[in-house]
Amino acid sequence: MRNIFVLVGKELRLYFISPIAYVVAMVFLAVSDFLFYNQIRFYSGLSMQMMQMQGNMPELNIHESVFRPSLMNMSIILILIMPLLTMRLFAEEKKGRTNELLMTSPITITEIVLGKFIAVMVVYLLLLVLSLHLPFVLSVAVPISWSPLFASYLGLFLMGGVFLSMGLFASALTDNQIIAAVISFGILIGLWMVSPSGHNAGDSAFKEVAGYLSLMSHLDGFVKGLISTRGVTYFISMTCLGLFMTHRVVESDRWK
Amino acid sequence: MISVNQLGKRYGDIVAIDDVSFTLSKGEVLAFLGPNGAGKTTTMRILTCFMPATSGTASVAGFDVFEDAMEVKRRIGYLPETPPLYPEMTVSEYLIFVAKLKGLPRRDQPSGLKNALEKCGLGDVSGRMIGNLSKGFRQRVGLAQALIHNPEVLILDEPTVGLDPRQIIEIRELIKSLGGEHTIILSTHILPEATAVCQKVVIISGGRIVAVDSQEGLSSRIRKSEKISLHLRKFDELTIKKILAISGVMAVNDQVNSKENESYGRFIVESELGIDVRERLAQTVVESGWGLLEMKPLTISLEDVFLKLTTEEKPVDNH
Repeated sequence: MRNIFVLVGKELRLYFISPIAYVVAMVFLAVSDFLFYNQIRFYSGLSMQMMQMQGNMPELNIHESVFRPSLMNMSIILILIMPLLTMRLFAEEKKGRTNELLMTSPITITEIVLGKFIAVMVVYLLLLVLSLHLPFVLSVAVPISWSPLFASYLGLFLMGGVFLSMGLFASALTDNQIIAAVISFGILIGLWMVSPSGHNAGDSAFKEVAGYLSLMSHLDGFVKGLISTRGVTYFISMTCLGLFMTHRVVESDRWK
Repeated sequence: MISVNQLGKRYGDIVAIDDVSFTLSKGEVLAFLGPNGAGKTTTMRILTCFMPATSGTASVAGFDVFEDAMEVKRRIGYLPETPPLYPEMTVSEYLIFVAKLKGLPRRDQPSGLKNALEKCGLGDVSGRMIGNLSKGFRQRVGLAQALIHNPEVLILDEPTVGLDPRQIIEIRELIKSLGGEHTIILSTHILPEATAVCQKVVIISGGRIVAVDSQEGLSSRIRKSEKISLHLRKFDELTIKKILAISGVMAVNDQVNSKENESYGRFIVESELGIDVRERLAQTVVESGWGLLEMKPLTISLEDVFLKLTTEEKPVDNH
Protein backbone atom coordinates (compact mmCIF):
# COMPACT_ATOMS: atom_id res chain seq x y z
CA MET A 1 0.00 0.00 0.00
CA ARG A 2 2.80 2.40 0.91
CA ASN A 3 4.52 1.51 -2.33
CA ILE A 4 1.47 2.59 -4.30
CA PHE A 5 1.60 6.04 -2.78
CA VAL A 6 5.32 6.38 -3.40
CA LEU A 7 4.58 5.77 -7.06
CA VAL A 8 1.52 8.03 -7.08
CA GLY A 9 3.68 10.81 -5.66
CA LYS A 10 6.33 10.33 -8.30
CA GLU A 11 3.84 10.22 -11.18
CA LEU A 12 2.03 13.33 -9.98
CA ARG A 13 5.34 15.10 -9.63
CA LEU A 14 6.27 14.20 -13.19
CA TYR A 15 2.88 15.39 -14.45
CA PHE A 16 3.25 18.74 -12.76
CA ILE A 17 6.93 19.48 -13.26
CA SER A 18 6.53 18.84 -16.96
CA PRO A 19 4.03 20.94 -18.91
CA ILE A 20 1.77 17.95 -19.75
CA ALA A 21 -0.82 18.45 -17.02
CA TYR A 22 -1.01 22.21 -17.58
CA VAL A 23 -1.33 21.98 -21.36
CA VAL A 24 -3.95 19.25 -21.18
CA ALA A 25 -5.94 21.17 -18.55
CA MET A 26 -5.75 24.40 -20.52
CA VAL A 27 -6.89 22.86 -23.79
CA PHE A 28 -9.61 20.87 -22.08
CA LEU A 29 -10.98 23.89 -20.26
CA ALA A 30 -10.71 26.25 -23.25
CA VAL A 31 -12.56 23.91 -25.60
CA SER A 32 -15.24 22.88 -23.12
CA ASP A 33 -15.78 26.49 -22.05
CA PHE A 34 -16.21 27.52 -25.64
CA LEU A 35 -18.73 24.76 -26.33
CA PHE A 36 -20.52 25.58 -23.09
CA TYR A 37 -20.72 29.23 -24.08
CA ASN A 38 -22.27 28.24 -27.42
CA GLN A 39 -24.78 26.08 -25.61
CA ILE A 40 -25.77 28.98 -23.38
CA ARG A 41 -26.13 31.32 -26.33
CA PHE A 42 -28.38 28.79 -27.96
CA TYR A 43 -30.35 28.34 -24.74
CA SER A 44 -30.85 32.05 -24.17
CA GLY A 45 -31.98 32.48 -27.78
CA LEU A 46 -34.44 29.70 -27.25
CA SER A 47 -35.77 31.25 -24.04
CA MET A 48 -36.26 34.58 -25.82
CA GLN A 49 -38.35 32.87 -28.46
CA MET A 50 -40.36 31.05 -25.86
CA MET A 51 -41.01 34.29 -24.05
CA GLN A 52 -42.19 36.01 -27.19
CA MET A 53 -44.53 33.12 -27.84
CA GLN A 54 -45.83 33.59 -24.30
CA GLY A 55 -45.78 29.85 -23.89
CA ASN A 56 -45.12 28.15 -20.64
CA MET A 57 -41.87 26.30 -21.07
CA PRO A 58 -42.50 22.65 -20.41
CA GLU A 59 -39.38 21.23 -22.00
CA LEU A 60 -37.00 24.07 -21.36
CA ASN A 61 -34.87 23.01 -18.46
CA ILE A 62 -31.38 24.27 -17.91
CA HIS A 63 -29.92 20.88 -17.11
CA GLU A 64 -31.46 19.24 -20.16
CA SER A 65 -30.66 22.01 -22.60
CA VAL A 66 -27.33 23.31 -21.36
CA PHE A 67 -25.58 20.78 -19.16
CA ARG A 68 -26.59 17.59 -20.89
CA PRO A 69 -25.26 18.58 -24.33
CA SER A 70 -22.24 20.34 -22.80
CA LEU A 71 -21.26 17.38 -20.72
CA MET A 72 -21.64 15.04 -23.69
CA ASN A 73 -19.37 17.41 -25.63
CA MET A 74 -16.97 17.36 -22.74
CA SER A 75 -16.79 13.58 -22.86
CA ILE A 76 -15.82 13.75 -26.54
CA ILE A 77 -13.03 16.19 -25.68
CA LEU A 78 -11.96 13.78 -22.96
CA ILE A 79 -11.68 10.96 -25.48
CA LEU A 80 -9.28 13.14 -27.42
CA ILE A 81 -7.11 14.28 -24.53
CA MET A 82 -7.12 11.37 -22.06
CA PRO A 83 -4.77 9.27 -24.22
CA LEU A 84 -2.30 12.15 -24.03
CA LEU A 85 -2.28 11.85 -20.25
CA THR A 86 -1.85 8.08 -20.20
CA MET A 87 0.50 7.56 -23.14
CA ARG A 88 3.64 8.29 -21.16
CA LEU A 89 2.90 6.15 -18.11
CA PHE A 90 4.57 2.94 -19.24
CA ALA A 91 5.99 3.88 -22.64
CA GLU A 92 8.24 6.53 -21.15
CA GLU A 93 9.53 4.18 -18.46
CA LYS A 94 10.42 1.63 -21.08
CA LYS A 95 12.08 4.13 -23.38
CA GLY A 96 14.09 5.69 -20.54
CA ARG A 97 14.91 2.23 -19.13
CA THR A 98 13.51 3.31 -15.79
CA ASN A 99 11.26 0.25 -15.84
CA GLU A 100 14.38 -1.67 -14.88
CA LEU A 101 14.45 0.31 -11.64
CA LEU A 102 10.76 -0.32 -10.93
CA MET A 103 10.92 -4.00 -11.77
CA THR A 104 13.96 -4.61 -9.59
CA SER A 105 12.55 -2.74 -6.61
CA PRO A 106 10.50 -4.42 -3.91
CA ILE A 107 7.20 -3.36 -5.43
CA THR A 108 4.70 -5.68 -7.10
CA ILE A 109 3.35 -5.22 -10.59
CA THR A 110 -0.12 -4.73 -9.14
CA GLU A 111 1.23 -1.86 -7.05
CA ILE A 112 2.93 -0.34 -10.08
CA VAL A 113 -0.24 -0.52 -12.18
CA LEU A 114 -2.44 0.83 -9.40
CA GLY A 115 0.02 3.57 -8.51
CA LYS A 116 0.10 4.84 -12.06
CA PHE A 117 -3.65 4.53 -12.43
CA ILE A 118 -4.41 6.39 -9.23
CA ALA A 119 -1.98 9.17 -10.17
CA VAL A 120 -3.60 9.78 -13.53
CA MET A 121 -7.05 9.56 -11.92
CA VAL A 122 -6.00 12.34 -9.56
CA VAL A 123 -5.01 14.49 -12.53
CA TYR A 124 -8.32 13.69 -14.18
CA LEU A 125 -10.25 14.50 -11.03
CA LEU A 126 -8.49 17.83 -10.99
CA LEU A 127 -9.66 18.52 -14.55
CA LEU A 128 -13.24 17.72 -13.55
CA VAL A 129 -13.03 19.94 -10.49
CA LEU A 130 -11.68 22.77 -12.62
CA SER A 131 -14.51 22.34 -15.09
CA LEU A 132 -16.97 22.84 -12.23
CA HIS A 133 -16.41 26.59 -12.64
CA LEU A 134 -18.97 26.44 -15.45
CA PRO A 135 -22.01 25.53 -13.30
CA PHE A 136 -20.74 27.80 -10.52
CA VAL A 137 -20.54 30.79 -12.83
CA LEU A 138 -23.90 29.97 -14.32
CA SER A 139 -25.49 29.54 -10.91
CA VAL A 140 -24.92 33.23 -10.27
CA ALA A 141 -27.41 34.04 -13.03
CA VAL A 142 -29.75 31.07 -13.07
CA PRO A 143 -30.92 28.62 -10.43
CA ILE A 144 -29.32 25.27 -11.08
CA SER A 145 -30.44 21.85 -9.94
CA TRP A 146 -27.30 20.39 -8.41
CA SER A 147 -28.37 16.80 -7.97
CA PRO A 148 -28.50 15.77 -11.66
CA LEU A 149 -25.24 17.64 -12.05
CA PHE A 150 -23.73 15.54 -9.30
CA ALA A 151 -24.91 12.39 -11.06
CA SER A 152 -23.41 13.65 -14.33
CA TYR A 153 -20.04 14.32 -12.75
CA LEU A 154 -20.08 10.94 -11.06
CA GLY A 155 -20.71 9.43 -14.50
CA LEU A 156 -17.86 11.41 -16.01
CA PHE A 157 -15.54 10.36 -13.21
CA LEU A 158 -16.37 6.67 -13.57
CA MET A 159 -16.11 6.87 -17.34
CA GLY A 160 -12.70 8.50 -16.91
CA GLY A 161 -11.63 5.34 -15.10
CA VAL A 162 -12.40 3.35 -18.24
CA PHE A 163 -10.58 5.85 -20.47
CA LEU A 164 -7.52 5.92 -18.27
CA SER A 165 -7.27 2.19 -17.63
CA MET A 166 -7.53 1.53 -21.37
CA GLY A 167 -4.92 4.20 -21.98
CA LEU A 168 -2.67 2.60 -19.39
CA PHE A 169 -3.08 -0.71 -21.18
CA ALA A 170 -2.15 0.88 -24.51
CA SER A 171 0.89 2.49 -22.93
CA ALA A 172 2.06 -0.82 -21.51
CA LEU A 173 2.02 -2.35 -24.99
CA THR A 174 4.78 -0.22 -26.47
CA ASP A 175 7.75 1.98 -25.72
CA ASN A 176 6.57 4.60 -28.17
CA GLN A 177 4.28 7.24 -26.71
CA ILE A 178 2.66 8.13 -30.04
CA ILE A 179 1.77 4.51 -30.72
CA ALA A 180 0.36 4.26 -27.20
CA ALA A 181 -1.81 7.33 -27.78
CA VAL A 182 -3.06 6.07 -31.16
CA ILE A 183 -3.95 2.67 -29.73
CA SER A 184 -5.89 4.23 -26.88
CA PHE A 185 -7.69 6.57 -29.30
CA GLY A 186 -8.68 3.44 -31.18
CA ILE A 187 -9.97 1.66 -28.08
CA LEU A 188 -11.88 4.68 -26.76
CA ILE A 189 -13.43 5.68 -30.05
CA GLY A 190 -14.31 2.03 -30.60
CA LEU A 191 -16.07 1.82 -27.24
CA TRP A 192 -17.81 5.09 -27.99
CA MET A 193 -18.96 4.08 -31.45
CA VAL A 194 -20.32 0.63 -30.60
CA SER A 195 -23.66 2.13 -29.78
CA PRO A 196 -24.46 3.97 -33.03
CA SER A 197 -23.44 0.96 -35.09
CA GLY A 198 -25.59 -1.16 -32.80
CA HIS A 199 -28.60 1.06 -33.43
CA ASN A 200 -28.18 0.75 -37.14
CA ALA A 201 -27.94 -3.01 -37.03
CA GLY A 202 -31.26 -4.75 -37.38
CA ASP A 203 -30.25 -7.75 -35.28
CA SER A 204 -31.72 -7.17 -31.85
CA ALA A 205 -29.27 -9.38 -29.92
CA PHE A 206 -26.33 -7.52 -31.39
CA LYS A 207 -28.06 -4.27 -30.69
CA GLU A 208 -28.50 -5.18 -27.06
CA VAL A 209 -24.90 -6.28 -26.58
CA ALA A 210 -23.55 -3.26 -28.42
CA GLY A 211 -25.83 -0.99 -26.44
CA TYR A 212 -24.50 -2.43 -23.22
CA LEU A 213 -20.89 -2.13 -24.32
CA SER A 214 -21.22 1.45 -25.40
CA LEU A 215 -19.73 4.08 -23.16
CA MET A 216 -22.01 6.71 -24.55
CA SER A 217 -25.31 5.07 -23.67
CA HIS A 218 -24.18 4.49 -20.09
CA LEU A 219 -22.86 7.99 -19.70
CA ASP A 220 -26.09 9.39 -21.07
CA GLY A 221 -28.00 7.81 -18.22
CA PHE A 222 -25.76 9.52 -15.66
CA VAL A 223 -25.93 12.83 -17.47
CA LYS A 224 -29.70 12.66 -17.37
CA GLY A 225 -29.35 12.44 -13.61
CA LEU A 226 -29.78 8.71 -13.27
CA ILE A 227 -27.30 6.78 -11.13
CA SER A 228 -27.93 3.18 -12.08
CA THR A 229 -26.16 0.13 -10.71
CA ARG A 230 -26.03 -1.07 -14.30
CA GLY A 231 -23.98 1.94 -15.28
CA VAL A 232 -21.76 1.87 -12.22
CA THR A 233 -21.13 -1.84 -12.72
CA TYR A 234 -20.32 -1.29 -16.36
CA PHE A 235 -17.80 1.48 -15.76
CA ILE A 236 -16.10 -0.22 -12.85
CA SER A 237 -15.87 -3.59 -14.56
CA MET A 238 -14.46 -2.01 -17.73
CA THR A 239 -11.89 -0.17 -15.61
CA CYS A 240 -10.91 -3.40 -13.89
CA LEU A 241 -10.63 -5.09 -17.26
CA GLY A 242 -8.26 -2.37 -18.45
CA LEU A 243 -6.15 -2.63 -15.31
CA PHE A 244 -6.09 -6.41 -15.50
CA MET A 245 -4.95 -6.36 -19.11
CA THR A 246 -2.27 -3.82 -18.18
CA HIS A 247 -1.05 -6.09 -15.42
CA ARG A 248 -0.86 -9.03 -17.81
CA VAL A 249 1.09 -7.05 -20.40
CA VAL A 250 3.59 -5.72 -17.86
CA GLU A 251 4.03 -9.17 -16.38
CA SER A 252 4.50 -10.77 -19.79
CA ASP A 253 7.25 -8.28 -20.64
CA ARG A 254 9.42 -10.00 -18.07
CA TRP A 255 9.13 -13.32 -19.85
CA LYS A 256 10.11 -12.12 -23.29
CA MET B 1 25.94 -14.73 -0.38
CA ILE B 2 25.25 -15.28 -4.03
CA SER B 3 25.07 -18.67 -5.61
CA VAL B 4 24.28 -19.29 -9.22
CA ASN B 5 23.69 -22.82 -10.36
CA GLN B 6 23.56 -23.92 -14.00
CA LEU B 7 21.68 -20.83 -14.98
CA GLY B 8 20.35 -20.71 -18.52
CA LYS B 9 18.31 -18.18 -20.45
CA ARG B 10 16.95 -18.49 -23.94
CA TYR B 11 15.12 -15.94 -26.04
CA GLY B 12 13.24 -18.14 -28.44
CA ASP B 13 15.96 -20.03 -30.26
CA ILE B 14 18.74 -17.70 -29.17
CA VAL B 15 20.70 -18.93 -26.20
CA ALA B 16 21.73 -15.92 -24.14
CA ILE B 17 23.43 -17.80 -21.33
CA ASP B 18 23.97 -21.47 -20.82
CA ASP B 19 25.05 -23.39 -17.75
CA VAL B 20 26.42 -20.42 -15.81
CA SER B 21 27.46 -21.33 -12.27
CA PHE B 22 29.49 -19.49 -9.68
CA THR B 23 29.35 -18.57 -6.03
CA LEU B 24 30.35 -15.48 -4.19
CA SER B 25 30.76 -15.07 -0.47
CA LYS B 26 29.94 -12.03 1.59
CA GLY B 27 32.12 -8.99 0.98
CA GLU B 28 33.71 -10.28 -2.20
CA VAL B 29 33.88 -8.32 -5.41
CA LEU B 30 33.34 -10.27 -8.59
CA ALA B 31 33.89 -9.04 -12.11
CA PHE B 32 32.02 -10.34 -15.08
CA LEU B 33 34.26 -10.03 -18.07
CA GLY B 34 33.19 -10.62 -21.57
CA PRO B 35 32.70 -9.09 -24.97
CA ASN B 36 29.46 -7.32 -25.77
CA GLY B 37 26.59 -9.75 -26.09
CA ALA B 38 28.29 -12.40 -23.97
CA GLY B 39 25.43 -12.65 -21.52
CA LYS B 40 26.68 -10.40 -18.74
CA THR B 41 23.58 -8.23 -18.66
CA THR B 42 21.27 -11.22 -18.94
CA THR B 43 22.88 -12.88 -15.92
CA MET B 44 22.60 -9.67 -13.95
CA ARG B 45 19.00 -9.21 -14.93
CA ILE B 46 18.18 -12.68 -13.68
CA LEU B 47 19.98 -12.04 -10.39
CA THR B 48 18.07 -8.81 -9.88
CA CYS B 49 14.75 -10.55 -10.62
CA PHE B 50 14.17 -8.38 -13.67
CA MET B 51 13.58 -11.49 -15.74
CA PRO B 52 13.27 -15.17 -14.90
CA ALA B 53 15.77 -17.77 -16.07
CA THR B 54 14.69 -20.56 -18.37
CA SER B 55 16.71 -23.13 -16.46
CA GLY B 56 18.85 -23.41 -13.36
CA THR B 57 18.59 -21.57 -10.08
CA ALA B 58 20.13 -18.57 -8.44
CA SER B 59 19.90 -17.29 -4.92
CA VAL B 60 20.91 -14.07 -3.22
CA ALA B 61 21.41 -14.00 0.55
CA GLY B 62 19.72 -17.38 0.76
CA PHE B 63 16.60 -16.29 -1.10
CA ASP B 64 15.74 -17.77 -4.46
CA VAL B 65 15.45 -15.09 -7.15
CA PHE B 66 12.28 -16.63 -8.50
CA GLU B 67 10.51 -17.87 -5.37
CA ASP B 68 11.38 -14.99 -3.02
CA ALA B 69 11.82 -12.16 -5.50
CA MET B 70 10.65 -9.49 -3.04
CA GLU B 71 13.21 -10.47 -0.42
CA VAL B 72 15.96 -10.52 -3.03
CA LYS B 73 14.93 -7.14 -4.42
CA ARG B 74 15.06 -5.60 -0.95
CA ARG B 75 18.68 -6.68 -0.59
CA ILE B 76 19.97 -5.62 -3.98
CA GLY B 77 21.14 -2.32 -5.37
CA TYR B 78 21.24 -2.44 -9.13
CA LEU B 79 22.81 -0.13 -11.65
CA PRO B 80 21.60 -1.22 -15.10
CA GLU B 81 23.53 -0.62 -18.30
CA THR B 82 21.58 2.58 -18.87
CA PRO B 83 21.14 4.36 -15.54
CA PRO B 84 17.38 4.43 -14.83
CA LEU B 85 16.96 8.17 -14.36
CA TYR B 86 14.04 10.56 -14.64
CA PRO B 87 15.51 13.59 -16.43
CA GLU B 88 12.83 15.94 -15.07
CA MET B 89 13.73 15.28 -11.45
CA THR B 90 16.50 16.85 -9.43
CA VAL B 91 19.21 14.58 -8.11
CA SER B 92 18.06 14.53 -4.48
CA GLU B 93 14.40 14.32 -5.42
CA TYR B 94 15.20 11.27 -7.51
CA LEU B 95 17.35 9.62 -4.86
CA ILE B 96 14.67 10.10 -2.21
CA PHE B 97 12.13 8.54 -4.56
CA VAL B 98 14.38 5.51 -5.03
CA ALA B 99 14.96 5.29 -1.27
CA LYS B 100 11.20 5.20 -0.68
CA LEU B 101 10.73 2.69 -3.47
CA LYS B 102 13.34 0.42 -1.94
CA GLY B 103 11.53 0.64 1.37
CA LEU B 104 14.11 2.64 3.31
CA PRO B 105 12.37 3.87 6.49
CA ARG B 106 11.60 7.57 6.49
CA ARG B 107 13.96 8.37 9.37
CA ASP B 108 16.89 6.79 7.50
CA GLN B 109 16.24 8.66 4.28
CA PRO B 110 18.14 11.89 5.02
CA SER B 111 21.25 10.05 6.17
CA GLY B 112 21.00 7.63 3.24
CA LEU B 113 20.75 10.54 0.84
CA LYS B 114 23.67 12.34 2.42
CA ASN B 115 25.77 9.21 2.33
CA ALA B 116 25.00 8.40 -1.29
CA LEU B 117 25.63 11.97 -2.42
CA GLU B 118 28.92 12.06 -0.58
CA LYS B 119 30.18 8.68 -1.74
CA CYS B 120 29.41 9.42 -5.37
CA GLY B 121 30.68 12.99 -5.30
CA LEU B 122 27.29 14.49 -6.08
CA GLY B 123 27.14 17.07 -3.30
CA ASP B 124 27.44 20.04 -5.63
CA VAL B 125 24.77 18.93 -8.08
CA SER B 126 22.15 17.59 -5.66
CA GLY B 127 19.72 20.35 -6.56
CA ARG B 128 20.24 20.19 -10.32
CA MET B 129 17.90 18.54 -12.77
CA ILE B 130 19.19 15.16 -13.90
CA GLY B 131 18.45 15.98 -17.53
CA ASN B 132 20.97 18.82 -17.40
CA LEU B 133 23.82 16.73 -16.02
CA SER B 134 26.73 15.39 -18.04
CA LYS B 135 26.99 11.69 -18.79
CA GLY B 136 29.57 11.16 -16.09
CA PHE B 137 27.38 12.72 -13.45
CA ARG B 138 24.38 10.73 -14.60
CA GLN B 139 26.39 7.56 -14.23
CA ARG B 140 27.22 8.62 -10.69
CA VAL B 141 23.59 9.34 -9.94
CA GLY B 142 22.90 5.83 -11.18
CA LEU B 143 25.49 4.50 -8.78
CA ALA B 144 24.10 6.59 -5.92
CA GLN B 145 20.68 5.17 -6.71
CA ALA B 146 22.03 1.65 -6.26
CA LEU B 147 23.67 2.56 -2.95
CA ILE B 148 21.02 4.64 -1.29
CA HIS B 149 19.32 1.92 0.75
CA ASN B 150 22.68 0.45 1.78
CA PRO B 151 21.99 -2.95 0.22
CA GLU B 152 23.90 -6.09 1.06
CA VAL B 153 24.47 -6.85 -2.60
CA LEU B 154 25.41 -4.43 -5.35
CA ILE B 155 25.02 -5.38 -8.98
CA LEU B 156 26.64 -2.90 -11.33
CA ASP B 157 26.39 -3.25 -15.08
CA GLU B 158 29.39 -1.48 -16.61
CA PRO B 159 29.67 1.12 -13.86
CA THR B 160 32.52 3.11 -15.40
CA VAL B 161 31.16 3.43 -18.90
CA GLY B 162 31.11 7.00 -20.18
CA LEU B 163 33.29 8.42 -17.45
CA ASP B 164 36.52 10.30 -17.96
CA PRO B 165 39.76 8.67 -16.79
CA ARG B 166 39.86 10.55 -13.51
CA GLN B 167 36.28 9.65 -12.72
CA ILE B 168 36.94 6.03 -13.66
CA ILE B 169 39.68 5.89 -11.05
CA GLU B 170 37.40 7.53 -8.49
CA ILE B 171 34.59 5.09 -9.16
CA ARG B 172 36.98 2.14 -8.99
CA GLU B 173 38.25 3.38 -5.65
CA LEU B 174 34.68 3.76 -4.50
CA ILE B 175 33.79 0.23 -5.55
CA LYS B 176 36.92 -1.08 -3.87
CA SER B 177 35.98 0.69 -0.67
CA LEU B 178 32.46 -0.72 -0.85
CA GLY B 179 33.75 -4.26 -1.10
CA GLY B 180 34.03 -5.95 2.24
CA GLU B 181 30.90 -4.34 3.53
CA HIS B 182 28.87 -5.09 0.41
CA THR B 183 29.01 -8.05 -1.90
CA ILE B 184 29.51 -6.70 -5.39
CA ILE B 185 29.13 -8.05 -8.89
CA LEU B 186 30.18 -5.76 -11.68
CA SER B 187 30.42 -6.31 -15.37
CA THR B 188 32.96 -4.79 -17.66
CA HIS B 189 34.72 -5.37 -20.90
CA ILE B 190 37.75 -3.45 -19.71
CA LEU B 191 40.22 -5.92 -18.27
CA PRO B 192 42.41 -3.75 -16.09
CA GLU B 193 39.26 -2.69 -14.37
CA ALA B 194 38.55 -6.25 -13.35
CA THR B 195 42.01 -6.82 -11.96
CA ALA B 196 42.09 -3.42 -10.28
CA VAL B 197 38.88 -3.86 -8.36
CA CYS B 198 37.94 -7.47 -7.99
CA GLN B 199 39.02 -10.53 -6.07
CA LYS B 200 37.25 -12.87 -8.40
CA VAL B 201 36.93 -12.76 -12.15
CA VAL B 202 34.45 -14.66 -14.27
CA ILE B 203 35.16 -14.57 -17.97
CA ILE B 204 32.07 -15.23 -20.00
CA SER B 205 31.75 -15.59 -23.72
CA GLY B 206 28.90 -16.66 -25.93
CA GLY B 207 26.77 -17.25 -22.86
CA ARG B 208 29.21 -19.71 -21.28
CA ILE B 209 31.75 -19.27 -18.53
CA VAL B 210 35.22 -19.77 -19.98
CA ALA B 211 37.24 -19.06 -16.87
CA VAL B 212 36.68 -18.41 -13.19
CA ASP B 213 39.76 -17.22 -11.42
CA SER B 214 41.08 -15.02 -8.69
CA GLN B 215 42.85 -11.81 -9.53
CA GLU B 216 46.29 -13.35 -8.83
CA GLY B 217 45.46 -16.42 -10.88
CA LEU B 218 44.45 -14.28 -13.78
CA SER B 219 47.50 -12.08 -13.73
CA SER B 220 49.87 -15.03 -13.46
CA ARG B 221 48.07 -16.62 -16.34
CA ILE B 222 48.56 -13.43 -18.23
CA ARG B 223 52.24 -12.77 -17.60
CA LYS B 224 54.86 -15.38 -16.96
CA SER B 225 57.81 -13.70 -18.63
CA GLU B 226 58.96 -10.73 -20.65
CA LYS B 227 59.12 -11.44 -24.34
CA ILE B 228 61.14 -9.69 -26.97
CA SER B 229 60.79 -10.16 -30.68
CA LEU B 230 64.12 -10.05 -32.50
CA HIS B 231 64.69 -9.83 -36.24
CA LEU B 232 68.20 -10.50 -37.59
CA ARG B 233 69.46 -10.29 -41.15
CA LYS B 234 71.67 -13.33 -40.74
CA PHE B 235 72.42 -15.79 -38.01
CA ASP B 236 74.41 -18.95 -37.37
CA GLU B 237 74.21 -22.00 -35.12
CA LEU B 238 75.87 -20.07 -32.32
CA THR B 239 73.19 -17.40 -32.22
CA ILE B 240 70.84 -19.17 -29.85
CA LYS B 241 73.65 -20.22 -27.59
CA LYS B 242 75.04 -16.71 -27.41
CA ILE B 243 71.71 -15.16 -26.65
CA LEU B 244 71.02 -17.74 -23.96
CA ALA B 245 74.29 -16.77 -22.36
CA ILE B 246 73.00 -13.31 -21.60
CA SER B 247 72.01 -13.22 -17.97
CA GLY B 248 68.29 -13.14 -17.45
CA VAL B 249 67.36 -14.84 -20.70
CA MET B 250 65.30 -17.94 -20.08
CA ALA B 251 64.56 -19.22 -23.55
CA VAL B 252 64.96 -18.42 -27.20
CA ASN B 253 62.34 -19.57 -29.58
CA ASP B 254 63.46 -19.85 -33.18
CA GLN B 255 60.48 -21.83 -34.42
CA VAL B 256 59.08 -18.77 -36.03
CA ASN B 257 61.91 -18.56 -38.54
CA SER B 258 61.96 -22.18 -39.59
CA LYS B 259 58.82 -22.27 -41.68
CA GLU B 260 58.51 -19.44 -44.13
CA ASN B 261 61.04 -17.22 -45.74
CA GLU B 262 59.15 -14.19 -44.72
CA SER B 263 59.93 -14.58 -41.08
CA TYR B 264 63.51 -15.64 -41.70
CA GLY B 265 65.72 -14.46 -38.91
CA ARG B 266 63.02 -13.91 -36.37
CA PHE B 267 63.42 -15.04 -32.76
CA ILE B 268 61.46 -14.66 -29.59
CA VAL B 269 63.60 -14.09 -26.56
CA GLU B 270 62.03 -14.80 -23.20
CA SER B 271 63.53 -13.35 -20.09
CA GLU B 272 62.68 -13.30 -16.43
CA LEU B 273 59.89 -11.09 -15.27
CA GLY B 274 61.09 -7.58 -14.52
CA ILE B 275 64.48 -7.88 -16.20
CA ASP B 276 65.11 -5.84 -19.30
CA VAL B 277 67.69 -7.59 -21.44
CA ARG B 278 67.32 -5.39 -24.51
CA GLU B 279 70.52 -3.42 -24.04
CA ARG B 280 72.67 -6.52 -23.58
CA LEU B 281 70.88 -8.27 -26.39
CA ALA B 282 71.53 -5.43 -28.81
CA GLN B 283 75.17 -5.34 -27.81
CA THR B 284 75.57 -9.07 -28.42
CA VAL B 285 73.88 -8.87 -31.80
CA VAL B 286 75.98 -5.95 -32.96
CA GLU B 287 79.23 -7.45 -31.71
CA SER B 288 78.50 -10.71 -33.53
CA GLY B 289 77.64 -8.82 -36.71
CA TRP B 290 74.24 -10.46 -37.27
CA GLY B 291 72.64 -7.30 -38.52
CA LEU B 292 69.95 -6.08 -36.20
CA LEU B 293 66.83 -5.25 -38.18
CA GLU B 294 64.25 -5.03 -35.45
CA MET B 295 63.85 -5.52 -31.75
CA LYS B 296 60.62 -4.88 -29.89
CA PRO B 297 59.13 -5.99 -26.60
CA LEU B 298 56.07 -8.20 -26.96
CA THR B 299 53.57 -7.20 -24.36
CA ILE B 300 51.14 -9.97 -23.69
CA SER B 301 48.37 -7.75 -22.54
CA LEU B 302 45.32 -8.65 -20.58
CA GLU B 303 43.49 -8.15 -23.80
CA ASP B 304 45.45 -10.97 -25.44
CA VAL B 305 44.49 -13.42 -22.75
CA PHE B 306 40.97 -12.20 -22.87
CA LEU B 307 40.85 -12.67 -26.62
CA LYS B 308 42.40 -16.11 -26.34
CA LEU B 309 39.84 -17.16 -23.79
CA THR B 310 36.86 -15.65 -25.49
CA THR B 311 37.56 -16.50 -29.12
CA GLU B 312 36.42 -19.88 -30.22
CA GLU B 313 38.98 -20.44 -32.98
CA LYS B 314 42.63 -20.14 -32.19
CA PRO B 315 43.74 -16.55 -32.53
CA VAL B 316 46.06 -15.80 -35.43
CA ASP B 317 49.65 -15.99 -34.31
CA ASN B 318 51.08 -12.56 -34.83
CA HIS B 319 54.62 -13.16 -33.65
